[in-house]
Amino acid sequence: MQDIRKALYVGSRSDGTLIQRPMSPHLQVYRYRLSMVLSISNRITGVIATAGAALGVFWLGAAAKGPKAFATARKVTGNPLGQLVLVGWLASVVYHTVGGIRHLIWDAGYRYDKEELNKDGPVAVGVTAGVSTVLAVALLAVAGCRRSKRAKAGKVS
Amino acid sequence: MNASVPHIEVMRSQLGRARGLGAGHSGVSHWWAERVSAASLLPLSTWFVVQMFRLGGADHAEVVKWGGKPVNATMLAALIITTFYHAQVGLQVIVDDYVHGKAHLPTRLLIKIGTSLMGLLGVFAVIKLVVRSGSGK
Repeated sequence: MQDIRKALYVGSRSDGTLIQRPMSPHLQVYRYRLSMVLSISNRITGVIATAGAALGVFWLGAAAKGPKAFATARKVTGNPLGQLVLVGWLASVVYHTVGGIRHLIWDAGYRYDKEELNKDGPVAVGVTAGVSTVLAVALLAVAGCRRSKRAKAGKVS
Repeated sequence: MNASVPHIEVMRSQLGRARGLGAGHSGVSHWWAERVSAASLLPLSTWFVVQMFRLGGADHAEVVKWGGKPVNATMLAALIITTFYHAQVGLQVIVDDYVHGKAHLPTRLLIKIGTSLMGLLGVFAVIKLVVRSGSGK
């Protein structure tokens, strides 16, 4: 199936040869604004959040499969690289949530003026950074404590 | 919004609006599906984060015991279904925006099938956890 929009992008040079006209918007001609980074970030974090949710389902599947499979999953969630991935997932979910709440507010008809948007952007970044850091540190600390307690008790699992 | 400047409030015909139809005779439902699932995910994800504080570093027996409780299993299944439904609806918009031509349809189908399968896998994992917890293993 040919995209109908493509037909509109055919132009001709002065010598008559056909040419595919460039598509707009041309990202490189715009001055950098925070809002454009936040906008595309909402999409990117949405994709990352989905990938993380898929990993979460595999974790749940491992728990459902049995102790052996779950031990393998714990090797992933227990090592620093795995935890880095988990923190990345957490931060993505937090930003996507903050971005989503902003979208719901805009849909309701508020905070959509230029000045308001520019004021709220840095707040969204701050809230994301704060909430992500607090949650990540607290969750890793809780998990670490529980692990070391169990190690002291001499249980191996 | 500036009320003094005249502007078109709704860029749809009244009939189309009443029927919930957009330009392609759909779209409004898609928009609503994305918003409603997003709003539903707020309490569900908050619940999940709280649960993770209880489960961080937990061993297999603890996770099975947790997942086997009816309320936890219900919330977990609701979270999984809503998450992958929202992902399906959201990823479809991304595909519609960036993937053109021949690749569009297969990519869209891939998104539909992929998110559906992940959701199913999650729900069956929850069911298995409940069964496992009931049998005491």
